[in-house]
Parts: sequence; structure tokens; C-alpha cells
Amino acid sequence: MPIDILMPALSPTMEEGKLAKWLKAEGDSVTAGDVIAEIETDKATMEVEAVEEGTIGKILVPEGTDAVKVNEKIAILLEEGEDASALDKASEAAAPAQSAPAGKENAEAETAAPLPAAPVSSEPADDPEIPDGTPMKSSTVREALRDAMAEEMRRDGDVFVMGEEVAEYQGAYKITQGLLAEFGDKRVIDTPITEHGFAGMGVGAAMAGLKPIVEFMTFNFAMQAIDQIINSAAKTLYMSGGQMGAPMVFRGPNGAAARVGAQHSQDFASWYASVPGLTVIQPYSAADAKGLLKAAIRNPNPVVFLENEILYGQTFEIPDMDDFILPIGKAKVERTGSDVTLVSWSIGMTYALKAADQLAEQGISAEVINLRTIRPLDIDTVIKSVKKTGRLVTVEEAYPMCSVSSEIAFQVQEKAFDYLDAPILRVTGKDVPMPYAANLEKLALPNVQEVIDAAKAVTYTA
Amino acid sequence: MAAATKSTAGSGTKSASRSRGAAKSAAPAIVEFDKDQELHAYREMLQIRRFEEKAGQLYGMGLIGGFCHLYIGQEAVVVGMQMAKVDGDQMITGYRDHGHMLAMDLDPKGVMAELTGRRGGLSKGKGGSMHMFSKEKHFYGGHGIVGAQVSLGTGLGFANKYRENGNVAMAFFGDGASNQGQVYESFNMAQLWKIPVIYVIENNKYGMGTSVERSSANTDLSQRGASFGIPGEQVDGMDVRAVMAASQKALEHCRSGKGPYILEMITYRYRGHSMSDPAKYRSKEEVQKMRTEHDPIEQVRKRVLDNGWATEDELKALDKDVRAIVAEAAEFAQTDPEPDVSELYTDILL
Repeated sequence: MPIDILMPALSPTMEEGKLAKWLKAEGDSVTAGDVIAEIETDKATMEVEAVEEGTIGKILVPEGTDAVKVNEKIAILLEEGEDASALDKASEAAAPAQSAPAGKENAEAETAAPLPAAPVSSEPADDPEIPDGTPMKSSTVREALRDAMAEEMRRDGDVFVMGEEVAEYQGAYKITQGLLAEFGDKRVIDTPITEHGFAGMGVGAAMAGLKPIVEFMTFNFAMQAIDQIINSAAKTLYMSGGQMGAPMVFRGPNGAAARVGAQHSQDFASWYASVPGLTVIQPYSAADAKGLLKAAIRNPNPVVFLENEILYGQTFEIPDMDDFILPIGKAKVERTGSDVTLVSWSIGMTYALKAADQLAEQGISAEVINLRTIRPLDIDTVIKSVKKTGRLVTVEEAYPMCSVSSEIAFQVQEKAFDYLDAPILRVTGKDVPMPYAANLEKLALPNVQEVIDAAKAVTYTA
Repeated sequence: MAAATKSTAGSGTKSASRSRGAAKSAAPAIVEFDKDQELHAYREMLQIRRFEEKAGQLYGMGLIGGFCHLYIGQEAVVVGMQMAKVDGDQMITGYRDHGHMLAMDLDPKGVMAELTGRRGGLSKGKGGSMHMFSKEKHFYGGHGIVGAQVSLGTGLGFANKYRENGNVAMAFFGDGASNQGQVYESFNMAQLWKIPVIYVIENNKYGMGTSVERSSANTDLSQRGASFGIPGEQVDGMDVRAVMAASQKALEHCRSGKGPYILEMITYRYRGHSMSDPAKYRSKEEVQKMRTEHDPIEQVRKRVLDNGWATEDELKALDKDVRAIVAEAAEFAQTDPEPDVSELYTDILL
């Protein structure tokens, strides 16, 4: 029976890649372990090895093909004694092709059955921070973060970046790609795997006036260093009566990636956001990432900059201008609407925006607010919207208890109680450690349908 | 205890001769002080002693709140290091920090007023006994989490290297902190990157109530950097001359680009860990023996008198001077108003 060779996933979050090169041709025999092809993602180039022995019967995806989905059939391997006639049988057998299990996009795709209703408005809003007529260009979040650091490092010799694998490896998630070549090892520093130590060192350097960017490979590991972030970085300005503080950025991916289990899948926003002295930013788009990281590096206070691994590879339009910088502490209205306010940030925005589209088809006009900064919280923008819609749903991936959503709900009831026409609802990650099993992980995270259901509940249209 | 006491009883070189690791470095021979140095050291140490005695009194009167960790007995450590450093070299320490601030030439009034939580305190009354800083004097705190200042101090040294300014950071910590994990993370990076930082372990023999022998598998703390190749030595921390000589050597090592250095200062605190500690874990005799035989101030006093560099009366006058400064600080710390309530919300963000 011929064996299907599938497009492999190189990382937990990879959804597609480029088939860069075939190293074997049809008719070549291979043994297990032979490198048969090279594939590329936006992060890396990897070799694909044969896992069985046989003869390459047919190459289904020619080299140079972009955007090959994970698990797509790329070639067929004939076992010993089989010839090309086996290929026909194989293609019949393979007809009900495997659906790709990787990635969250699939989870999100399963949404409500469309209901017939008059489409209403939920319009993309312009960013008031971007001047009219500014040309736009495409950028991934990953590139935006790298460009932000590079621009600020060119601008200020006191800015340097340190962390695990940030230099020679080019970043565990390739965020610091190219920085070592441009800035050298004095300013792009590979640290040992000692979060507590190097975070503290970074704070000390900041107290002495340098402007470190401390990268945590993920914020899960920053728990080793949280004492230095909170007790040293956040509190020194106050404890010194304003004499010295820590002008620095702690950054890295935060929250769930995909299938990495309980210890690598937690959103720490509400932890840091509860601490006076810290500024906490959670960007969604590439523009958010670039404009806010540049602002964070220039900010004289310690900033916790929480990225999201799933968003790294996503492409957005970003203003093509010299020094694009966004104000910290200001939310952005991403969609204007009139029936319900959806407040989200970071990856939660992907659910909120899709929900808004589908709600519009069902006659519910959703306003979508991208918080961008968690602390200081731009509650005014939220209140303004709630006064218009009378209804609020928050969307985030973190645990519900003591979440950022909890805080938003509290402040809204405090400041706009009389404007609320329904209880505030939260769509959050479930109150469980992140499970590994694909089906359970999907259940543990929010999804678009939950946002739609919540919006319908608060608009009493369920 | 006996071993540690022995090392202070003899010369500083005695304990150092018990060499174990390759990185073990012989302490330099005691260099005699000249008259000016002796009198300077005497006055500086006396000021710390009198200041701390006064702080103890004010604490007893309820004027100082919370924790208050006195430096009495350990004065030679910070004064000897202060005498060896050059302008721009930084100090950072833990919560037993009053002596360091006075040695770094911070105004005693500002320090005392911080202890009483008044607006004229060095941190406007918002830091307290454990948290004072001065960018101007290169003093970086005053840290309350045991061991945190070791990583922070390594960062100060990192900044010196980054800026190529030739300065050295001195990170002070105790025998207790020397068992914290981040200390070793810092040792590793400091030696890896040849960071100019001196790790000053003030071994006063007790981490709160637990003796070094009951907390540390290897009680020769000067060798805690051995696996990283960081040279270290034990120093008689009760002899200000030994401290200064060892500090000069360590500073030179760091300044010449050879990386970090460890100085284990064998010292002793006469008081409890904090004001609320009755220190029942050690005998009165042990404390008394240290006070009578190894007191850092008495050692200098005796040499000054023996050399005829000052008379009893002159030293009495000097003591009176110091007491006046401390009294003035105490007066200020009691009359200065508390911070304005508007200060509650300032200095959180710039």
C-alpha cells in the first residue's frame, strides 16, 4: 500500500509553509532518515526526513509552492514491490482527505449556522493615530516587533536586548532576527537560562540609566523572575521618592500557544496589571505591536509587553511611515456599531472581530474595542461605547477569576450603571489548567460562537 | 562559631591560608593606616555606631515603625570599602542599609527622617528603613528581598562595562542571602561577561536566627564562586585596615577587566536581626567576647592612642561632635512633618 507523505508541522503553531525544495526525485529510492525535502516557514527552514523506506512514486506538490497546509499530501512513497499502478488506488483511498488538526483557525471556523437577517453595520474604523493618506504596507506581527526594536536601538545607544537565544539563534520565535548582525553582541545578548538572574540584572542596569529590553522566551518562564519585575522594577521609583526607577521593557510571548500544555499556556496580564508602577501592554495587530513597542522602549517606566505566539505570523496592514508610534493607555475602536460593545485585546480580538462580522449578518451591530494597553486601562473609551450600546461583552483567553474582564466589568458598573441594559458578560478561557488533548484544549479556549452567544444574550436576541 | 571567631581573632590572613579551591586568593597583608586614615575610619565608624544606637532608642520610643535592622558591630566593613573605592563606584545592599548610606556620605538627617517616615527623609518618607537611594552618591538601595540586590548589583556592574566608565559596583549581601539561587545565576553571568562587580558577603554568622553552620553546606562563603572561577577571600571584617586592603585588591581586579571578585567579610552584629529579635539563639558570652576582643572601633581607638595620634580628650571631643550630628538628625527626624497626603499618588510612574 503506498504511503502518503504529508506536510509536517515544524512548531506547535505552524499552519502552513513553503515547500522550498525537493531533494529526491520521482523514482528515487529512500531509506528512513533520508532528507527528502526542505520546507520554510516565516520562522525557519527545516529538512523533511523520510520515515519509511521505499521509492518516491509521485511528487504531488512541486518545489517552490507557497502556503502548503500542514498535513496536506505532498508526495507518495511506494513500498517495496509496488509500482506506479499502486498510485491510482492510493489516490482513491485518500479521497476523504485528512482535515488538518493543527492551529486555532480551525477551531474558530466552526461557528454559528447563518441566520437570515438584515445585515447591519459594523464598520472598520480608521485609526485616529495614523494621519489620513498615510501609505500602508504589509507586515507580520513578528516583523513589526523586530522593526520596532531595531528602530529604537538605532535611535538610542542605551537600548539593548537580552534574553535566551535572542542573538545567535535569532530568537526562539525569531523576533530578534537580524539584530545581532546590525548591533553586535554588546547590545544583543544571549543569556544563560536564568530568568531570575538576568531579569534582576536588567533592572539593575536600568536603575543605572540604561534601557534594557528583557526578552522572556515566554512569560511562563518569567514567573521565575516575577520578584524582580514587581519588587525591584515596579516599586523602586516610589521607594526612592522619585530618585530612580527602571526604564525598561519586559517582553515575550504570553498566553496559550497551541498544544503545549498547562505550564506553557497562561495569560499573565491580570497578574502584572494589578501592580502599581507597571505598565502592561497587549498588542493585537502588527501596527499595535510596532507602535506600542516603540512607545514602551521610550517610556521611562517598566513596561510589561505581552505578545502572543499565535499572532506572530499573522499579517496586517501597517502604516509605512518613519517613526510610527502609538500612545500607551489608549484603546482603539476597531469597528463602530450600535447594539453591543465587544471589548477585547491581543488574540481575543480575533474572536471578537469574527463574531462582529457574523453578528452583523444576523442583524446585530457590534462595536469592537481593541484595548491595546491593559494598564493604564482606557476605561473612558469603553464607557463612551457602553453609553451608546448599553451592552458589554468582554473577550479574552485568560482565566475568568480576577481577570482583566472582571476589572472592566467592575469599572463599567461603577461608572455607567444606569446606561447598562443587560448584565455584562465575559467570554474567557475556562477555569482549568490548559489541557493537552486537542479537543479539550479547544474547549478550554474561547471561541467565536461563545462571543456570538454572549452578544445575543445581552441584546436579548438569543 | 569557634572557627569563625578564630578567624577574626587572628590576622585576616590566617583563615585565608586554609586554601581549598583554585580560586582561593590570599588576603593581602595588613597595611598600617597613617594618622589621617585612622582618624577618618574612627570618625566614620563612630558615626554609624552612634547613629544606630540613636535609631534603636527612637525605635524603642515608637518613633520608628516596622522593621529596623541595626548595623552595630559591622561598621568596619562598609567604612573600609568606602575608603578603597573611587568616585562613581556604586554600592547596593539589602535591608541592613543605614551604615552604607552614612558611609556613602548621605545626610544623617535624611536617613534618620526616613526611618521616622518624614517628608525630609531620603525617600520623602515613602521608602522606610529598608529603602533609601541616592543617584548622586551612587547608592542604589536598600532592598528588602533577600538576595535581590545581588542580581541588581550585577546589573549596575553591567552598566559600567556597557558604558566603559571604569567604575565598579559593590553588591553587599549577608551569609543568609548567599544561599539564594539568583546569587549563583548572577555569579555565572558576571564571570561569563567579566562584569566589574565585587560581591561583598557580610558574614555576621547568622541569617536571622539561623547560624551559618545550620544553613550552609560549605561555610567558607568566599569559595561560593569557585565553580565559576571567581576568586574569593575571607577578610577579617572587624579590622578596617584588612577590609580596605582587600577591597583595593578586589577593586583593582574588577577595574582591570578581569571580572567579579568575592570578599567574605567575617563580621558580627551585636544586636538582634531586627529590633524585635531578642537573639536567644546565641549566648551573651559570645556577644560579649566579640565586643571586648574584636570591636572594630575599639581596635582603631587603641592604635590611635598608642601611636599618640590623639589624646583621650581629643577623642572625647570627636565623640561629642558625632553625638551632636546624630542628635541633630534625631531632632530633625522627630520635628520634620510627615509627607503631604498628596505624596501618596506621586512617584509611581514618570
